[in-house]
Amino acid sequence: MSVAETKTEKLDGWNRPPVIEPDGEGELLEVAMGPHHPSTHGVFRMDVALDGERVIRLKPVFGYLHRNHEKIAEGTTYLASMPYTDRLDYFCSLSNNWAYALAVEKLVGQEVPERAEYIRVILAELTRVQNHASTIGFLLQEMGASGTPLMYAFREREKILDLFESLTGSRMMCNYMRFGGCRVDISEPWLAATRKVVAGLPAFVDEFEALLSSNEILMARCQGVGVLKPDLAVNAGISGPMLRASGVNYDIRKIDHYGVYDRFKFRVPLGDHGDIYDRYMVRVLEMRESIGILNQALKEIPSGPIMDPKAKIRNFRPKAGEAYGRIEAPKGELGFYLISDGGPNPYRYRVRPPSLINLTVLEDMCLGQNVADVVLIFGSVDIVLGEVDR
Amino acid sequence: MKTVEEIKAAIEGAVPGAGVTVVTNPSPAAQHSLLLRPESAVAVAAFLRDSPELAFDYLSNVTGVDWPDKEIAEKVKVTRQVKKTVDGVEQTVEETVEETRKRVEPGYLEAVYHLYSVALKHGPLVIRMRTANRADKVELPSLTPVWRGAELQEREVFDLYGIVFAGHPDLRRILMWDGFKDYPMRKDYVEPDDYEYEPTAHDQVLKRAQEHRAADAAQGTSHPSEQKSLAGDPGRG
Repeated sequence: MSVAETKTEKLDGWNRPPVIEPDGEGELLEVAMGPHHPSTHGVFRMDVALDGERVIRLKPVFGYLHRNHEKIAEGTTYLASMPYTDRLDYFCSLSNNWAYALAVEKLVGQEVPERAEYIRVILAELTRVQNHASTIGFLLQEMGASGTPLMYAFREREKILDLFESLTGSRMMCNYMRFGGCRVDISEPWLAATRKVVAGLPAFVDEFEALLSSNEILMARCQGVGVLKPDLAVNAGISGPMLRASGVNYDIRKIDHYGVYDRFKFRVPLGDHGDIYDRYMVRVLEMRESIGILNQALKEIPSGPIMDPKAKIRNFRPKAGEAYGRIEAPKGELGFYLISDGGPNPYRYRVRPPSLINLTVLEDMCLGQNVADVVLIFGSVDIVLGEVDR
Repeated sequence: MKTVEEIKAAIEGAVPGAGVTVVTNPSPAAQHSLLLRPESAVAVAAFLRDSPELAFDYLSNVTGVDWPDKEIAEKVKVTRQVKKTVDGVEQTVEETVEETRKRVEPGYLEAVYHLYSVALKHGPLVIRMRTANRADKVELPSLTPVWRGAELQEREVFDLYGIVFAGHPDLRRILMWDGFKDYPMRKDYVEPDDYEYEPTAHDQVLKRAQEHRAADAAQGTSHPSEQKSLAGDPGRG
């Protein structure tokens, strides 16, 4: 049965972006935006064909940061790949660690003690707060706010990174999670410092919102721009705040019930229109929900071991089989697919990068818009090239 | 979510001749998969997406896997007629000997898809497709017409493994540059020798600069800072 025979209404027109006609005379101007560009979040290129200011065609080109992480992992042991996962989405290294640890724990059926689960939630939510703040800061930077919102966001981020450094030894490349728990236990002074930082976060988010959410320039440039319809979003595999801004209620923390997220009360913000403004608002509201989760977790964290005493560390050879584990990373659904053949190294190690897959619809969102909006739409997707290229 | 066997039964009810087999997963994760046949894969995928009970409308992950040819040495008991001398008389006797026979199990490339349902909030369902061999029959049908999310990921599998997806709207390399040869993630990939060599204009530019300086010194038009060094100042390196 050939592909052509199976066309239905739903299939038609979705496997490629719509084609729009240029409405002017003359040729199309082809611009290569990137890879050296102040507004692309890393080494990323977009080949844009313009009719005046309108985007007629947009092809993203990446691979400039490809470090063949997956092939390296085939030659290293499971535990030795953990520092490499830090460098995938280098803003959210603890989330990357957790996703990988979750996938390996699924592969071998490893239990994680309660205290370690609470620590993981605390660190993941701190990561989410600093990631969303930085994303909004970068978005405003590209709108021309010349770094002021960005530096406000980075001021909070520095406090959170100080917490990470005192706990894991490193600000960004934390390498903290292990299969069966965490590497190092948290101490009472660290908890006190964390409580102090988290107590200051609501004031920061209030200030952020007061300055930005009703800002005239932000509203004029972001509302109605870069609209993503929910059914296309689901079909294209979009995940994370971008999916929820289009109105689709899908948060992996609520769906998969991984970790101890079931014990915390938090809401999932959804957007109505799927434009850049909705993605900005979803991120702000998610920051508030994360602060709520942090307060609950910091209050309820139990005592106990942080590593399963029966976890096998030396000579770790999972039985042959495969597993796919995913978490709700700040950028979207971060998944790891591992195939084991019984040896110390994985036979196949695959990272499901949310940033790459969220770029599937970049062209659909940008067609017909002005080229100045391309930069904003691209910023609202929230990508990190380390994850796109691996 | 229904079990893999139930989904297989549902597929075979809806798409006749689908030829779906269950591949068990021995790990504790118990994520068993369905092996699809390339001929019926797109119809099965469309059924999985559109059926109201299954509603797998979200394609999460596309992975390529390389299974190279395996050489298997088997010990086989072979019974043969052999001429032997028994008690001085030449006879034909049946003798059973153990022989080691080597056979090559052909390898294949595999594409693994992880499906979830946003509407019904279940998953994952793992489906796989295998090519006939690793050399020339490396074509598989693309599932991008069914799930747009496969677009960039199938390009990556094509780029790194060499599986050609028929029906993909824009199949070209995504992570490696366009002129790259060979498929890097395959198990038998060998890096080329001159990989690190990057031709630059360094030597030509250096030669021209030296000629330029010599010409300047002869004419007396060199830069003041250069004049000091031309006079043999040992402080300048």
